[in-house]
Order: sequence, then structure tokens, then C-alpha cells
Amino acid sequence: MKRFRRLAADGRIDRARPVGARFDGKPLQGFAGDTLASALLANNKVLVARSFKYHRPRGIVSAGIEEPNGLFTLGEDATTEPNVAATVTDLYDGLIARSQNAWPSPDFDLMSVNSLLSPLFQSGFYYKTFMGPFKGSWMFYEPFIRRAAGLGTATDLPDPDRYETRYEFCDVLVIGSGPAGLAAALTAGRSGARVILAEQDSDFGGSLLSGSDAEHEAWRTASVAELQGLDNVKIRTRTTVQGLYDANLAVLVERRDHLKPNARKGQSRQILTSLRAKMIVMATGSIERPMVFSNNDRPGVMLASALRTYANRYAVAPEKRAVIVTNNDSAYDAAVDLAKAGVAVTIADHRATVEASHFARAASHGIAVFPATGIADVEGAKGISRVKLSGAHAVSIDCDVLGMAGGWSPVVHLSSHGGIKPKYDEAIAGFVPGGFAPTQFGAGAMMGVFGLAAAVADGANAGAKAASAAGFGKTRLVYPPEHVTDRTYAILPVWSAPQHGKGKAFVDFQSDVTTKDVKNAHQEGYQSVEHLKRYTTLGMGTDQGKTSNINALALMAEHRGISIPEAGTTTFRPPYAPLTMGAIAGRTVGAHFRPVRRSPLHDWHEKNGATFIDAGLWKRAWYYAWAGNSPETAYVKEMELVRRNVGLSDVSTLGKIDVQGPDAAEFLNRIYVNGFAKLPVGKVRYGVMLNDDGVVIDDGTTARISDTQFYMTTTTAQAGEVMSWLEYLLQCHWTELNVQVASLTDEWAGMAVSGPKAREALKLAFPDIDVSNEALPYMGCRDVVFEGVTLRLLRMSFSGELAYEVHVGADHAIPLWEHILKAAAPLGIRPYGLEALASLRIEKGHVAGLELDHRNTLDDLGLGKMAGKEKDYVGKALRFREDCQSPDRWSLVGLELMEPDKKLRGGSILFAANDEIKGHGRGYITSVTWSTELNKFIALGLFQGGLKHEGEEIVAAFPLRNEQAKLKIVSPHFIDHEGARLNA
Amino acid sequence: MIIPCPWCGDRDHSEFRYGGDATKDRPKHGTGDLKEWHDYYFLFDNPKGPHTEYWQHVLGCRRWFRLSRNIATNEIGGLA
Repeated sequence: MKRFRRLAADGRIDRARPVGARFDGKPLQGFAGDTLASALLANNKVLVARSFKYHRPRGIVSAGIEEPNGLFTLGEDATTEPNVAATVTDLYDGLIARSQNAWPSPDFDLMSVNSLLSPLFQSGFYYKTFMGPFKGSWMFYEPFIRRAAGLGTATDLPDPDRYETRYEFCDVLVIGSGPAGLAAALTAGRSGARVILAEQDSDFGGSLLSGSDAEHEAWRTASVAELQGLDNVKIRTRTTVQGLYDANLAVLVERRDHLKPNARKGQSRQILTSLRAKMIVMATGSIERPMVFSNNDRPGVMLASALRTYANRYAVAPEKRAVIVTNNDSAYDAAVDLAKAGVAVTIADHRATVEASHFARAASHGIAVFPATGIADVEGAKGISRVKLSGAHAVSIDCDVLGMAGGWSPVVHLSSHGGIKPKYDEAIAGFVPGGFAPTQFGAGAMMGVFGLAAAVADGANAGAKAASAAGFGKTRLVYPPEHVTDRTYAILPVWSAPQHGKGKAFVDFQSDVTTKDVKNAHQEGYQSVEHLKRYTTLGMGTDQGKTSNINALALMAEHRGISIPEAGTTTFRPPYAPLTMGAIAGRTVGAHFRPVRRSPLHDWHEKNGATFIDAGLWKRAWYYAWAGNSPETAYVKEMELVRRNVGLSDVSTLGKIDVQGPDAAEFLNRIYVNGFAKLPVGKVRYGVMLNDDGVVIDDGTTARISDTQFYMTTTTAQAGEVMSWLEYLLQCHWTELNVQVASLTDEWAGMAVSGPKAREALKLAFPDIDVSNEALPYMGCRDVVFEGVTLRLLRMSFSGELAYEVHVGADHAIPLWEHILKAAAPLGIRPYGLEALASLRIEKGHVAGLELDHRNTLDDLGLGKMAGKEKDYVGKALRFREDCQSPDRWSLVGLELMEPDKKLRGGSILFAANDEIKGHGRGYITSVTWSTELNKFIALGLFQGGLKHEGEEIVAAFPLRNEQAKLKIVSPHFIDHEGARLNA
Repeated sequence: MIIPCPWCGDRDHSEFRYGGDATKDRPKHGTGDLKEWHDYYFLFDNPKGPHTEYWQHVLGCRRWFRLSRNIATNEIGGLA
């Protein structure tokens, strides 16, 4: 049966440009200027969807962003995007759309058996089944619910499209380009202010696009043309303001699908803009409400304003006959325009008395008006066949469509994002903004100011105020089109039909919430609007209840016997409309998800067989191909190289901080627990820093270069934190100290030459430099010049072997590294990676990031003896608080695996030998390695009571793999207790 | 939020790091017993409204400064 037709002329479609899309696998024809929704209606596709829970037949309801039913999956394969409203989707060549939540098709949906199961889906269904009726109920129901109820399915393929994020600034942002928004933007623009006008639609004009008056259209085009001519004004279509945040930050998302952007050509599908506007004018308009009556969800029951928009803008009108049910005056505009398009219209007006001019206007277009009349029921399974009226004119009318004019809800969302609650306006029976920040203004229908002339005046006024507040005083106001007189607007709040048919009366179409669900929620005590929302899922769909919220809270207020303002609204939060994750992520995906830091030696590692591992943002050389093809085998070979011969390792990622000034020694003496005041020039000292609360932040070495200059290294992970901490103390608290700090982390490279043959290697590399034990003893340091380049030689060891670090300006890193390797080649020197580096330090019992987890005290790490007894240092007072002194704290221990056939794993939970293996245990393993010296697995860990239990046998459990192994607690220093190797 | 850096002027909050309550007096180095440090480090007021905090322009000039910010509304009251 034909219910819609394309009008022969008019409309804003370009009939010279036919467009071919595909819908459910079949061609769908339309014209440029159509939306997917208007093209579907023009092709008489009325039943296009199935509802969320009950799989009831549904059709398109609206012509805008508020659409609850007409959601489709666009694209295919990797470009699949589910749940897109057809009403905001431009029709373009090649568009692919599929219907959702129906199988095999919306017209013949096998899942509609859900309608018969509807008692299952009453309000609170999810909550009730979660709790009962038997244990595991949710497990039982969940797969069924997931399959049966729901929306479209997203793809799990990577998104091939490109998205962009950017920043922008302006003096005045105008949101919405209806009469008020156009007037505001133009008035502000004429002042010279930098104006951005954001319009979510594909064209400017808002409600003007739905009208048919030639003078209004002339005003609209002249206004847009003037805006386009102003250099200080930017106007954007298809750009939705998704949220307003602190300090007038607006987040705009622009959709460009209609341009068929090509990622390979660098074209973005969507652009997200973070816009800082000095002033914001909201002219976001209003959304028409449906009315609530039996079977009000039948396909063909639509918003009256949508019928008007389809007729005037898209030249799509009902085939023959329309009924419009209303409680207010705006229905008459829709009725008249439908009548002009040749539709026979009947108005059922809930009100007993209607202003005479509306009657007269209706009569002059042959429209029948039935006052004091509502809807009893709607008949027809897959489209409307007949509407049964109730009240004064209780007749039945055969018709194609039924328009609902339930009054207008101002779009107050953005005005509420800052936390200002909207307030109820009795005159329009709707919520308006409850106020604005001094930098924000509202105009037009969103303020409850209806009517073209009034909206233009309001918008011009707001635009002038915003421009003035932004510092642009002089402007010329915009005036409404000539000959405009606004008609009166009156509304009788009617929230539910006085007489109900037997069918379900829907409040929220998208979430399938009926009047009965609201009643149930009330009966079961979920009476606050926030509870109503969560109990019934009302307003929780992709439309966020744009058409349903006010009706629902009004019904709840009726049940409770309170006023609508007393019931209040739910909270409006960003985003205003659905947006893709791609737009939020922008270009920060894949390799660009976060920055990558590369050592100055990175290129050499890459060319010489290194496998890399991520360490924070750093790419570090993990192991080298010369030692093997897997980390498990390679690191052992690299360890042996260092223990028996000599190896070269990149330590450039260490934090490096230059500390200078007359008070530098005093400063270091305060931040390190151990003494630095008397460190001689040319010496290096290991130091540990505490936080004010006595917990270890970081460790590292600091070398004294001169009386007033020190060279500090930090762990790789804490480099940034330590730098900030030093700056904080110097700038906020210890302003009496004359000290400057500067980060050299990126400026300097570092390489460790480690192993018994390390000195020989340096001798070969730098034959003219004295590196003897006398000239450069353990913990000594010297700046030397080699081939015109300053090198900083530091004799210190992370591995426990005789070792040196050579630091040099980053630009010289690769030549120096290559020189050392070449010069010391006769010794068999090779590079070793992070895995070996970290394993060597475990054997030596050096703590590192895994042990320094910001929960441990000095004593926990066995470093308590380092702390100066006489001097003061950061964290000294709180280090001795009661909890930090407890003998049962988890403290550092060495661990040896007692069962050679087993494997140790990092993160294993430690238990005493007789403990039940359950819960959090008495500690855990922080670091594990195979020891080439001891020929067994060893580990560092934290264990309750620490080395008090030395020699005891305990158990390591790894529940994820159901593994357990016996360990022995030993000293964490597995090798060279006397330090003979270091001092060699 | 837009935060006024004393060196660089108004900048987006994403360039800054928060550094904690700035209303308390840190015991002078070398002074203060356990209780004084305890109260300084662990006890804070949580006023709904204007508050003075430390911030650092960590992705800019690295200047630390004291800023008045309304905790309830994020309104910036200026340098403190």
C-alpha cells in the first residue's frame, strides 16, 4: 500500500542530480539534498526497523537528530558504523545502509516472537534477573538477551578511515543556524568579532528549511550570503557541538561522509575541534514531542513537524490522508503545509477551545478540526490503516500517516553541561535553561522564544551582547524579514491520552519503554527521575531520550501527584549526539597512540640486529641477534659475555640532570638520604631519594664535576618525576638555595662498558687516556677529551663487574659506540641488551623500578643503613612513623629456586611453607632471572618480615598457570659480596 | 580550564601538572617532628569552592606557581 509520494515540484532536493544508494542490498534512488530517511519515505519504505526489545515494526518518526527508530548500519566490512540515524545521514552515491535488529528483514522478522514474551521485558527486567530467581540466572539469560535485544553490531576490523583533531579559537561561537542563530552570528559578525557558526544540519536555516514561505527563504539566503562574505566569520555545516566544558571549551565534530573522503589521499572522514570561544551563543532550537497513546509506535505515526519538513524540504508527502493530533498551536502550520501538498488533513485537538485565527486558517485550507479530541488507538500491523479518535469526536478515520504535535522541548542540553539545571516554563510546558555563565548566552526557541520575528530579535540581541562582551562594541542589528507577524502559541499540557486503547503506549520508542513501565517503576519505588531512567532504561538509547524524557517525567509526576518542576530532569551530559570513537581518537591510533622515545643509538641498534622492547615511551634494545633469536636464550649469552669478558650496553635512557649553583651540594644533601655535602670533586656516589612521607621515590648516582656542578642520573622510569620534584622543592620551598637544575636526558648519551676486561677495552679505545685503577678508581669520574669531544667517564657498575659508563653528547653517540666496539674487538666485545642488563643487576641484588614501586621504605629495601644519622633529609621524620617501623613489612629478599625442573615467574605470590595457597600471600616476586653464575633461577622479591627469614624455605604460587615452586630465602646479593670485582 | 602561567600567560590546562594543596606551610628543612610532618603531609581540607593549589607549567617553561581555583566550578581565581 502506498503511503508516501514524491511531490512533482519544489523542495530543497536537486532533481537534476539523482543519487543511487543501496539499502538492504537493493538500489535506493533519491536526489542530492535527500537524507537516507527522506529517500526511504519517498520510496514508500515505511516499515524500516524493528524495536529494541519487542521487535515491533517501526518507521521513521522525526526529520532530525532526535530520531529514535530509524537507525541503520552504514558501510560494510571495515567501514561498518552501526546505529546511525537515517534522518541525519546525507544520501550520496555509493551509500550502503542496512537495517538492524531484525532477521531476516524488518518486514518479516522472526525475532518478533519477543512481542509475545513481553512480560519478560518489563521495567527492571535486567535487575530482577540479575538477582534471581535462582543462582546464576544472569548467566542463563544473558546470551538470549544479547542476541534478541540490541542495536547494530560494530565491526572488529581496524577502521581504515582517517580522523583529525585540532584546536581553534574565536570570539563568538554561535551554535545553531535557525532564525535566532543566523541573526546572532550576523550581528556578532558585523561587529568584526571572529565568529564561528556551527550547524549540525547539512544546510543553514534550522526551522526555516522546513518552511515554505518565499520571503523567509529570501531572508535566509541573504543572511547566509552576508555571513559567507565576512572574512571574520566561519560557517560550518554538518558540525555538531557535542559538549561544552570549562572555560568555554566547545567540542565540535564535523562529518564529511558525503564527500566520500579517502584516507589514502589524506582526507578525513570526521574532524573533531576543541574550540576555545570567548563567548558562546546557544541557539539550539527545540524538538517536538510525540504524544503518548495506544499503539503510538506504528510505522507512519510521526512527529507533525517532521511531516511538514518532509513535505517542504524533501518534497515527500503522505499519499492521501493525514490525521494530526495536537495539544498546541504549532500543529496548524504542519496541517496547512500538508494541505498545500494535496493531503486531506484532519486535526484532533485535545483542547476544547482554540484561538479563532487557527480555526479560520485551517478552514481556508479545507482542514477538518475536531476540538476536545484525542487518539484512542491506531490500527494496522505494518503501517497505519485507521486511527480511532476519542473524546468529543470519537470517530475512526482511514489514513496514511498520523502526526503527533505534543509541544516543543527547548534543546537545553548544552546549557546544562556546565552543571546549571534547566527550569520549567509553564507557558510552553517545557524546560528552558536555568541560567548561563557570564560568557554564555541563549536565544530563540531554546529559550522558549517561539515565532520567527521573536527569535530573530532575540538572536540579534544575544549576538550583540556576546560581541560586546568579547570586546567588540559596535554592530548593526539584524532584523526579521518584512511582513512577519508571529502567530500566538498556546499549549494545553496533556501527557497521556484520556482514553486508552488496548495497545502499548510508548514513552520511549528507542528503549521500548511504555506507560506501563513508568507505572511499574512508580509502584516499585523507583520514583526519582534518575531512578526511573535507570530502572526502565528510559532515555538511555543512542537518542538519549530527546523525544521521550519530558513525557516520561511528566507521567511520573502525575503518578506521584507532584508538579513537573518538583520531579525535575535527569542530568544532561556530553556528548549531545552519538559520535564515533574514531573522531575522539583522531590520529592518535596505532603507532601514534603515544609518543615514541628513541635513544641516540637507536639507528645503530636497528641496523645491528637488536630486537626492541617498550620501556615506558622508550624503545630499548632488548637483545641482539649475535646472542640468539629469542630473549630466553640470548640474554643468558649476553650475561656470560659481561661476566667473563666485556660487553657494551646503551644506558642513554637514564634520566640525566645537571645540578649547578653555589648551594648545589647542600641541595643534594637534602634530597638524598645519604650525605653529599662532602662528596669530593671527581667522585660518584649512589643516592636514594624519599618522598616527604618516607617512601623511596628513586635511586641513582650523582657525580661531582666541580665545587658547584653535579651530574645526576635517575632511573629511566622516574626521570620526569624526579625533575619535577627537584623543581618543586627549589621553586616553592627552598627559595633560599641558589641552585639551578636542567634536564640533559635527551642531550647526552650513555654507554656502559662492563666486564672483567672493561679496562682493557677502554685502554684500546682511548690509548692516550689514563684509565688505571689509580687514575680512575671505583666510583671515580673524569671529564676527558677524545678527538675534540668531551667524554664523561664514570667508573660505576650496575652489573657488579668492573665497569665504566661513558657519557657523551647525543650527536657523538654512534661514532663513539662504533669506535669502542672496533677498538676493543680483539677482546671479543659485543653489545648487550636490556634483558641482560636487568638480569645482571638481579644477581648483584641492585634494586630497580620493579622494587622501587613507591610503596617501599628504605628499610624495606635493605637500604636503611645508608641514611645519614646526623643530617636532615627529605622524608626523615615520616620514615620513622609507626607503620614504617613494623617488623612485618614486606621487605627485600633474595630467592633461589629449590626445584631445578621448574620455572620461576615474576609476579608469583609468596607463601610460607605451611600456608594455605590462597589470597594475597605474604609477598611477591618482583624480578626473576636465570643466573649464569649459580646455574639456577634466582629472584628478588618482597616478603613479610624480609631477611629475618633468611634460609627458610617458602612457596611461590602462580595461580594463573596453577604452578607452585619451592624457594629458599637468601641474601639479595647473589654474587661478589665483598665487591672484589668492582674494585679490581 | 585556562591556566595563567606567570611566565607564559594563559595556556590550556593540558600543558600543566597539578601539584597539590598550597595552603599549608611546609616545615622548614631540618625542623619539624613526626606530628608536624604528619599533619603537613596527610591532613587536608577539602573545601567546596575556591582553593589554592600548586601547579607546574610542565610542558612549557616548567615554572611552579600557586593558583587559586574553585574546586566546585573550575573557575580560575588567578595566581595566589
